[in-house]
Amino acid sequence: MIKEIKIPEIGESVDSGEVVAVLVSKGDMVEKDQPLIEVETEKAVVEIPSTEAGKVTELSVSEGDSVKIGQVIARVDTEGEGEEAGQEAPEPEEEEAQPEKEEKAEKEKAEEKEDKAKEKAKKKEEQEEEEAEAEEKEEPEEEEEKKKPAAKKEEPEKKKPAPKKKAEEKEEEKQLAPAAPSVRRLARELGADINLIPGSGPGGRISLEDVKRYVRHIIEGGRASMPEAAEGIKEMPDFSRWGEITRKPLSKVRSIIAGGTAQSWSLIPHVTQFDKADITELENFRRKYSKMVEKEGGKLTVTAILLKVIAAALKKYPRFNASIDPQKGEIIYKEYYNIGMAVDTDRGLLVPVIRGVDKKSIFDLSVELLELADRTRDKKVMPDELEGGTFTISNQGGIGGTDFTPIVFWPQVSILGVSRASKQPVFDEEEGTFKPRIILPLSLSYDHRIIDGADAARFLKWVSEALEHPLLLDFE
Amino acid sequence: MADKNKSIKLAIVGGGPGGYAAAFLAADLGMQVTLIDPEKNPGGVCLYRGCIPSKTLLHVAKVVNDAADAKEWGVSFNKPGFNAKKIRGWKDEVVEKLTGGLGELGRLRKVEHVRGTAKFKNGTTLIISKKDGSTDSMSYDKIIIATGSEPTVIPGLDIDSPNLLNSTTALDLENIPKSMLVIGGGYIGLELGTVYAALGTKVSVVEMTPSLLPGVDKDMVSVLSKRLKGMFESIMLNTTVSEMREQKNGIKVSFEGQGAEKKAGIYEKVLMAVGRKPKSKDLGLENTQVEVDDKGFIKVDQTRRTSDPNIYAIGDVAGEPMLAHKATHEGRVAAEVIAGHDVIYEPRAIPAVVFTDPEIAWCGLTQTEARGKGIDVKIVKFPWAASGRALTLGRNDGLTKLVVDPETERILGVGIAGAGAGELIAEGVLAVEMAATVTDVGMSIHPHPTLSETVMEAAELFHSHSTHYWRPKRKS
Repeated sequence: MIKEIKIPEIGESVDSGEVVAVLVSKGDMVEKDQPLIEVETEKAVVEIPSTEAGKVTELSVSEGDSVKIGQVIARVDTEGEGEEAGQEAPEPEEEEAQPEKEEKAEKEKAEEKEDKAKEKAKKKEEQEEEEAEAEEKEEPEEEEEKKKPAAKKEEPEKKKPAPKKKAEEKEEEKQLAPAAPSVRRLARELGADINLIPGSGPGGRISLEDVKRYVRHIIEGGRASMPEAAEGIKEMPDFSRWGEITRKPLSKVRSIIAGGTAQSWSLIPHVTQFDKADITELENFRRKYSKMVEKEGGKLTVTAILLKVIAAALKKYPRFNASIDPQKGEIIYKEYYNIGMAVDTDRGLLVPVIRGVDKKSIFDLSVELLELADRTRDKKVMPDELEGGTFTISNQGGIGGTDFTPIVFWPQVSILGVSRASKQPVFDEEEGTFKPRIILPLSLSYDHRIIDGADAARFLKWVSEALEHPLLLDFE
Repeated sequence: MADKNKSIKLAIVGGGPGGYAAAFLAADLGMQVTLIDPEKNPGGVCLYRGCIPSKTLLHVAKVVNDAADAKEWGVSFNKPGFNAKKIRGWKDEVVEKLTGGLGELGRLRKVEHVRGTAKFKNGTTLIISKKDGSTDSMSYDKIIIATGSEPTVIPGLDIDSPNLLNSTTALDLENIPKSMLVIGGGYIGLELGTVYAALGTKVSVVEMTPSLLPGVDKDMVSVLSKRLKGMFESIMLNTTVSEMREQKNGIKVSFEGQGAEKKAGIYEKVLMAVGRKPKSKDLGLENTQVEVDDKGFIKVDQTRRTSDPNIYAIGDVAGEPMLAHKATHEGRVAAEVIAGHDVIYEPRAIPAVVFTDPEIAWCGLTQTEARGKGIDVKIVKFPWAASGRALTLGRNDGLTKLVVDPETERILGVGIAGAGAGELIAEGVLAVEMAATVTDVGMSIHPHPTLSETVMEAAELFHSHSTHYWRPKRKS
């Protein structure tokens, strides 16, 4: 039995992605649930597992291809040594070329349909030929082509745009996206593949507006609509005039970060508030209990503790957990505390979200945080784990630096930047001497539309004090 | 923008419709352009030895045929007299005027025109053998190859005889022969055969395949064959030429195949029109990284760039279809690419026109192609017998056909056979390029009474609602 392997639902609002790795080859034996390919969606890289065990008779995607949810990526012969392998092989070109058409139809059905279509077309032609009182008899094209190469004929392809090579055939099929030349050109200029853009016009025709909307959507990583600001971007200088250059396409993650940060920057009036927390006592506590947490597979970090502190602070200052809807003139308060953690991966910055932080213990958070960060670095995080945050913490302490001004992660309204803690001499009023204390620099960037400076100062002060005297958490 | 390109030195080898279009646009974009061509002015095969002279002569043929047709409507003329020298002169005058005009357009744009031929010394250096006998070695930043194509011959039949013509010598119209055999039932053979037949020559055509215009939809060819049967002495299909022998009064030709016995005989002239081949030899391409396929076409990517980063190729030498307007479009794309624009060559519809009487024209997907590839399409045909305008012209022998995607109702291809089809097909090209649906075309008001209405009515037929043609709704 030949079974199809399709791309499953990956996450909310994800309908397509790019193949970043193909993990098996044609002819390989695969187990059920063995990953076949890796797909980078707008939000994450996801492994697509085989839903069947058997021999891979066909792989219809390769690295760099765009794929859609539901698209057939491979066929697996569940009886193992399928003899059909050879027969199946020559098909993929066509399939790749028109994934939309193929994605739902089952292979067999598709073939049947194709044959039927051929037959139908032929029948129809014959019929109409008669109607048109044609005097010549029908001759299948192939016959003509096969006639001796004494070649006393005009090349039959001479006047029609006929494909020559397989690769070009693919190109040609691809070129059928229903869009006017000017629209195709715009899409190219904006770096969008016209074949992926959904058309809103009759017959799926793609308009100029469709292209703009699509590009906007890509830039925003599938979030809400953006203000009409993107126009009027200045033209790049020709850098090659001054030396060698290399051009590389932005990866999907990179372009999402680029679009997201640019949007936040242009949309949100940013202010950053700084403060310092004395975490000497906290460090003692951390060191004392870290072994215990480690035994359970977690790691008791400042970040884990911060999560708990922030959740409490958000409850006390609910505006920092809200969003602003200027269109409706409303503030949206959220009754849940999902805190995102900026994770530095080799693909760029990703922000997985820990849900219901207020309901979890520091102990639990330590375990979850470590596990989630590891999965994010290993590209195993699911797209929906990157959604739904209400506040973000970006901790650069592991790297260094004294202070920085993080960019608010829209539609959130505030973000906490954490820099490296260091031992510093602090003057002890009572004893009249300097004492070594561990000082943690904190930076809070916030959306000034909804949060005032005084609120921010209070919020950060509260966080600092809570870190100095953890008991305060339950005090109020 | 023009300033940016000022430092680019561009050479174009070949001054046909591809070469001069590229040269003019490159100059408009600010580059320093050199156009190398053996002729005095730009024009190439198309203007000097192809499209333009043949269409001049075909117009002469049309006037002759129209005059003869007028007898039916009560207007008779005396038998026409022909002055070959004067017809030739008229044709040469047209060519002179057009090429001279192009020369002027080049001068105005400061395109340097070098009369001669060029050979590659390396990827950026050309050795130019000038018309005046001198040789020059010149270096350029970018080079576009636009050397076009030349007639092919059948090996063994290329006897040395002044009576054996090719498309070039046939256009010279040395005299009006009493009889002529045209080898090859493709567009060149049929167009030139039509010219000579109108001038009184008894024209026979021999074609090795079962149909004239191999590869073209049969219903359209049949519109033409009907009229050609009355115009030509004989049309031998499924027949090849086995031998040719020079004789005092012409060439003795023997045949093989279906038409063999009856038409063996002596022809005053024999025109060999069996296709064209790219001119990629003798260019010194071995001194570059340019790659050539087994048919002699230079391999190019979508930007028309060859495997050598500084060399581009356009027109006939860069692949099928070998048509002037395709070359022009490619030339403009290449010039833009060299200017740094992010554009590619991606036409949806390249129109092809056979300038016989009636003309045959098509663009986009043909019915034959759709059937061959198993693409599901719906064909709608509007016969010109139902066109008022066709009747007033006494030419109701025509057919307008649309190839439509049944799902989206988008027009994928258009085919027209009939008087003036070459002019009418432009609307088809626009429809295909713009991804128009049958409803779009059907709802666009076309002028009455014109032949262009047949395109609108064919579109209306898709929903079985044509005004002037009734067809019961069929379930398909």
